[in-house]
Amino acid sequence: MGRIQLNDVKKRFGQVDVLHGIDLDVGEGELVVFVGPSGCGKSTLLRLISGLDRPSSGDIVIDGKDVTRVNAADRGLAMVFQSYALYPHMSVWQNMAFGLQNEHLPKSEIASRIDEAARMLEITPLLQRRPGQLSGGQRQRVAIGRAIVREPTAFLLDEPLSNLDAELRVSMRAELAALHARLGKTMIYVTHDQVEAMTLASRIVVLRAGRIEQVDTPLALYNTPQNRFVAGFIGAPTMNMLPGTITARAGDAAHLSFVGNAEASVAVTAGASGDAVMVGVRPQHMRLVDPSDAHAVHATVSLVEALGAETVVHANAPSGETLLAVLSGQAALQRGDAIALGFDDQDLHVFDGNDRAIAARA
Amino acid sequence: MTTLTKRVGAIAFAPIGKGLSLVDRPLRAWQKKTGHGGMAAFFLAPNLLIFGIFIIIPLIINFMYSMTGGSALFLADRTFIGGDHYARLLDCEDYTRTVTCKDDLFWNAVWNTGWFVIIQVALMTVVALITALILNSDLRARSFWRAVFFFPVLLSPVVVGLIWQWILQREGLLNFIVYEAGGEPVNWLTERSWAFAAAVGVSIWAHVGFYALILLAGLQAIPKDLYEAAEMDGTRSTRVFFRITLPLLMPNLLVVIVLSLIRAVQVFDEVYVLTGGGPGTSTMFLTQYIYEIGFASLLRNPGLAAAASILMGAVLVVLTLMQLGLARRGQKGSV
Amino acid sequence: MSRAVAFLTRRRGGDRWHWTDVFTFFWLGAGLIIMFGPAVWLVGSSFKTPGQLAEFPPTILPYVEQVVEVEGFDKPLVLYDVTMEDGSVQRLAQVRRIGTTAQMIDPAAPDEVIRVNIRNREVAREIGFATENYAEPFQRLDFVRYLWNSVFVTVMATFITLFTNSMAAFALSKYKFRGRSAVMLVILATLMVPLSVILVPLYSVVSTLNLTNTLWGVILPTVATPTGVFLLRQYMLTIPDELLDAARMDKASEWQIYWRIVLPLTAPALAVLAIFSVVWRWNDFLWPLIVLSRQELYTLQVGLYSFSGELNVQWHFILAMTVVTMIPVVIVFVFLQRFITTGIAGAGLK
Repeated sequence: MGRIQLNDVKKRFGQVDVLHGIDLDVGEGELVVFVGPSGCGKSTLLRLISGLDRPSSGDIVIDGKDVTRVNAADRGLAMVFQSYALYPHMSVWQNMAFGLQNEHLPKSEIASRIDEAARMLEITPLLQRRPGQLSGGQRQRVAIGRAIVREPTAFLLDEPLSNLDAELRVSMRAELAALHARLGKTMIYVTHDQVEAMTLASRIVVLRAGRIEQVDTPLALYNTPQNRFVAGFIGAPTMNMLPGTITARAGDAAHLSFVGNAEASVAVTAGASGDAVMVGVRPQHMRLVDPSDAHAVHATVSLVEALGAETVVHANAPSGETLLAVLSGQAALQRGDAIALGFDDQDLHVFDGNDRAIAARA
Repeated sequence: MTTLTKRVGAIAFAPIGKGLSLVDRPLRAWQKKTGHGGMAAFFLAPNLLIFGIFIIIPLIINFMYSMTGGSALFLADRTFIGGDHYARLLDCEDYTRTVTCKDDLFWNAVWNTGWFVIIQVALMTVVALITALILNSDLRARSFWRAVFFFPVLLSPVVVGLIWQWILQREGLLNFIVYEAGGEPVNWLTERSWAFAAAVGVSIWAHVGFYALILLAGLQAIPKDLYEAAEMDGTRSTRVFFRITLPLLMPNLLVVIVLSLIRAVQVFDEVYVLTGGGPGTSTMFLTQYIYEIGFASLLRNPGLAAAASILMGAVLVVLTLMQLGLARRGQKGSV
Repeated sequence: MSRAVAFLTRRRGGDRWHWTDVFTFFWLGAGLIIMFGPAVWLVGSSFKTPGQLAEFPPTILPYVEQVVEVEGFDKPLVLYDVTMEDGSVQRLAQVRRIGTTAQMIDPAAPDEVIRVNIRNREVAREIGFATENYAEPFQRLDFVRYLWNSVFVTVMATFITLFTNSMAAFALSKYKFRGRSAVMLVILATLMVPLSVILVPLYSVVSTLNLTNTLWGVILPTVATPTGVFLLRQYMLTIPDELLDAARMDKASEWQIYWRIVLPLTAPALAVLAIFSVVWRWNDFLWPLIVLSRQELYTLQVGLYSFSGELNVQWHFILAMTVVTMIPVVIVFVFLQRFITTGIAGAGLK
């Protein structure tokens, strides 16, 4: 129970195409995260799945049943809203009971479901309070509780943690992960925060401008982004993008030169000698090397952020690019120092003129 | 405030809620059949129905009335006469001398209303502005003083008219005060100019609190730090008033002026109770003219009354459009 | 007392009297007398007997003449304070008056008649309330009927106003449908149509519907106020749509969303509209005057007006009934002033 399939789903608001044909298959019990910059259509897609909005074309299938024309209430889904959308004039208990009463469940069943959910979320002492009397984290729990008692086939969560402060967000994130493991229900989770996506998801759907850029597990996205957008979006700090050229191509192997005289050999699936490419290096894959290393990137330190366990170095290459390096431990560097940054060739990402990844990866 | 409202709301809604839940089932069916559009129609229907019957239809009939003659109320019994009513109302040799007009009563009412509007609105605005400024100063017991100036607003026109009739009558309180001060008693309500002044004064008394409150809201919306900045600059208080307070209050002031204009054009109730339009016709205003010609007098002529009301309506439409325009500009300005 | 003095003498900026302080005190003082005075005067006068009302100079407080029953006289006798020739003051009852001489007796010793120059006597009075001014209209006149009619009109009109206006406001604020802006425009346009402009045709519509001389004829034309729709719509726009979506996910029907979610959350605006509607309908005069010609259907306002227009104006009854007519509005004012001021400041209601 809880398989959700989207077939060529499109959505148009007036003249504006918001979604350009989404195909997606969410398996039973999966926690799929929609991630992307604001305006990418992720919330719209969630609302189409929920039934609150209707697609302009395409089908939505839940557990083999086409629900495209079915009302939100009858899809067996529950939703947690960004603003929580708790009914301010009802107590926590009434908030949780409202949907169940609308289903005309017996009173005892309603009570037992609410008791159980409240115990699970540790909000039993709050049941008689109004939402206005709760803290942000408590409201969040109530909103989740209201979804749980419905015993839906799948949960839809629309940026549920974005209204919480940073500390609470981390702990709620862990709780959500635990909850998913415990309930084993399908969840679709929308966020713009790639850290949330990485920590929670079974699979991540990266969206941009109404299109799916890539669907994969978090680590696969991190390790083998299929294009420059995904590469830049996943991982923090953002991947360094350095313009370069293929200087030689022999079989799978391509020789690259970038940022002055840095050089590398990478296995690629496409590209010819002389092609302009973007070379991507994650800041975490940079390390300080001997200045005499000819293959390294030479740069001048512009800012040092010493975080204790690691040091984030901002540096400018002579050709103008800004580079970020995350060095483990503490480095005795200061503004103005000339440094050389090295890397392993197999950590490089290479993107062609159409921003597609061409580096062959294991 | 909110907890009180909620509690009152909860108590009020409980029994109604039970009743309303009964209609839920048929409405769900309707919703299923017609979707959101159908539900919107359902929610709008009662209001629009009443709107249509009691406002839109009368508006249409009004035009037909103004084009037909006779004293019958049913349109079918009336004869078409075209623009005769308008011609009669507007037929005047010299508009400033009502005796030269075909319908001198109408022009008398027009001039009375015109003078009333000019004098009343001017005085009303000044009094309301001064009152608002004083209520906005750091006064102790401000809500008490606000209540003092506001409470007549809620009184019914009949009550207002009767109170003042009681005070202004020949043996009334005001004449006693005049007498004690050594003056001669005055026939406040039976001398033409005094009666007119009384009408103006009483209507200001009854409504000034409302306009003062609008201005007070405007004054309180002016950010305090503007005044503090002016104080830091050592600006003189008159300059502060003319360069800061008045310009920032302008949107509210314009609303007050236009709103009081609209109401003054329609003046009727309290003056009607106070003077009955007299002495003679010296305090008879347009609405009373329409009422008397349409319903009360022996010369009942609904067509003529309708024509007069359409002329008055035209003036009101212009004034209302002005108000809406100002409100929109005010909103833009404040954002 | 010292507090009052401190309050009265406090000045702008502390030490010196500024002309604005003087002006403020003058304005507030005059305001207090002019705005409040008439009401106080009305209430005070409403407890006076007809004789006292005709008195010149008038008194603010109501007094009643003291009377005494004396054996041998059919009617109660009026008591006077008489200054005797020796300068002492005695309380005597007047038997009759002949020219400038009054024949008086001591109620304790009724046999002896004392002749007094009328200049030397004054009516003995005490503060007292002529409550019959209130009691009689309730007993003799149709006052209770008028009261009931007014209550009925006010309550029904307010109830229907809240109901229909909130439904329309809900549709206009929470649904997108074709013709929404057209409907808004129509409602906006009707803001410009005051009752006085459509008086005559409205009467013919009401009489066509056989509603003349019914209270419903008074109620129905007033309930579809565009102002109410606007006020509620503005408020409902502030209710987040996510709340409605949440309710839809909770299997609530649109009707349930209206009355279980939106209506309770609109309570503050509904309260403001309810208060104003009560005041409006309670005070309505011209329209009931036109629609109602049968006396037993008169509302308070019409009843009061028609009573004041009778040939023999009985001010003592009129004043008392005016006070009764004022009471609900005063109560509303005293307890709900805050709502009223927010209603006016926020929406320009009147």
